[in-house]
Amino acid sequence: MIGSLLLLALAAPLYMNTLYLSSYLLPWLVWTAGALGLNLILGWAGQFHLGYAAVMGIGAYAAVHASRAGIPWEIAIVLAGITAAVIGSVFAFAALRVKGLYLALSTLALQFVMDWTISHVPAISGGTQATLQAPDIRLLGWAVTSDAGLYYVALVWCVLVTSFMLNLRRTALGRALVAVREKDYAAAVIGVNSFYFKLVAFATSSFIGGVTGAILVGTFYHAVTPEQFSVDVSIQALAMVIVGGLGSIIGSYFGAAFILLMPGVMNSFISWAATKFGFSLGIETLAHLPQAFYGALIIGFLLIEPLGLGKIYNNIRDYLLVWPFGYTKK
Amino acid sequence: MDAISLMESAANGALIGLMYSLVAMGIVLIYKSSSVPNLAQGSMTMLAAYVVLAFANSAGAPIWAAISLAIITMFIIGLAIERVALRRLAGRPIIMILMMTLGLEIFLRAGSMTIWGGTTRPMNLGISDAPLFLGPLLINRAYAFGAVVTIAMFGFFVMFFRSRMGVVLRAISDDYTAAWSVGISVERGVALSWAMSAVVATIAGVLWSSVQGVDQSLAQLLLKGVTVAVLGGLDSIGGALLAGVLLGVVEGIASSVLDPLLGGASRDLVDAAMLILTILIRPHGLFGRHDIERV
Repeated sequence: MIGSLLLLALAAPLYMNTLYLSSYLLPWLVWTAGALGLNLILGWAGQFHLGYAAVMGIGAYAAVHASRAGIPWEIAIVLAGITAAVIGSVFAFAALRVKGLYLALSTLALQFVMDWTISHVPAISGGTQATLQAPDIRLLGWAVTSDAGLYYVALVWCVLVTSFMLNLRRTALGRALVAVREKDYAAAVIGVNSFYFKLVAFATSSFIGGVTGAILVGTFYHAVTPEQFSVDVSIQALAMVIVGGLGSIIGSYFGAAFILLMPGVMNSFISWAATKFGFSLGIETLAHLPQAFYGALIIGFLLIEPLGLGKIYNNIRDYLLVWPFGYTKK
Repeated sequence: MDAISLMESAANGALIGLMYSLVAMGIVLIYKSSSVPNLAQGSMTMLAAYVVLAFANSAGAPIWAAISLAIITMFIIGLAIERVALRRLAGRPIIMILMMTLGLEIFLRAGSMTIWGGTTRPMNLGISDAPLFLGPLLINRAYAFGAVVTIAMFGFFVMFFRSRMGVVLRAISDDYTAAWSVGISVERGVALSWAMSAVVATIAGVLWSSVQGVDQSLAQLLLKGVTVAVLGGLDSIGGALLAGVLLGVVEGIASSVLDPLLGGASRDLVDAAMLILTILIRPHGLFGRHDIERV
């Protein structure tokens, strides 16, 4: 099953037209990696993080600056990850002192501080309204410019993060994180150092976030501006994790796809409905309707299936596994 | 930067701060009764301002009638939000509840933009633009009016929490299981607090839109409101009032000192810094109750 999916993913450039490849499949894979990184902190370690976009932004800017300075791209993205991990650990220091609501609010405030710093320090952003061109990705000296090449970069990163997360479940680290999530004092009683593991969780997820930001800019945006990593993007990443399902890996794939594709699908649905039923909507209405629908979607998911698409997938899978003998419930 | 202009920034900052308190009061009211941090307070403020304009412009009502109608509408909307969205989440992890209020924030903000559009519209309350001098200090009349209304609302809440219904709400905020067991209808109390908070949002929306017009930026009052609410202690109305003044003064002085140095827009930075410092140094705020956690 996983093997055939991987084969399909590897062969995607052969049977898919480049428009779909570079404007749907590629961002989906990169965002899935990002959502998995956020899921590590939110779903596994149970720590709220409203500043994930800031962490991704740090990675993106670090990678762009490093590769503009002539550092090879492979090293530049690792540098991006490390920079993001170091600065992202600042968020952890808030987490070590407060939790729950107060953690959420302090990470939100840190997001604003990071936004402000990135856009107001000319050495980072090149001025308030500036856009920094990202140099082409070069792997071992080969410039990667074709759509298929960029797609493979994203695919490799996504597969790496996914296999890391899949294995994390079974390691001591993963179990310690789950213990901290369930109750940090109780974890301390059974000998899990919650201070240390919260720090590790924030650093790891920031590393993933930083590299994801760097790859997102390198393969998809090709240029970096502060608005790409604003607070709305943090909320979007959060929505991917919630809609997908907390702590669910397959859910992160579904969540990222859902949140990324929804505005486009919504727009084409509205224009289809408008021609079909003969009504016309103002430009402003059209611009804000997908956003309103997005909010309604988050509300709807929380009310109907709080564990998200991952849980729905599991329910369907369990149902089909024993079909038609549904009464032989495990 | 001379002393007079610093004093002027401080005095106007204090008045603006009182208007921030109004947003914070809405957050505190809901947090007090149900421990739900309402991140949708900013967009409720914005929605309320649009509703007032809808009554005033489309229905042609005079502004005071429009405001009263909007207060009634928002009261019902507040009840509806609690009934539909929040009641079913009671007892869920805080992550779900926060995400729900974020979802509400996006939905209300984008929804009101969808219906009414995003261009900035004025709201005229009939406050004159003539300068008001307090000794050597130039005071903005709109801010002064807002501050007076805020203090009046605070007085109302002090009275309200001494009334029978107010005592019920205090009992719920103290311990809702215990309140339940003595026959208090917790659901009704929580619903009432949402409705009252929507009404406070209406008043805040009217005051702020008379200052800056009705548009999407009203929703950004959320950051100020949250900062003030946390600084004052999330369950203290009086704390919200004082913290508002404090934040306003600090913001006024800091931005008049820092803006020339940093090239503008330092207000949000000051807010975020205040929020982080409060949480790191004194998470329960100036007047909030310090809860002890048991394993």
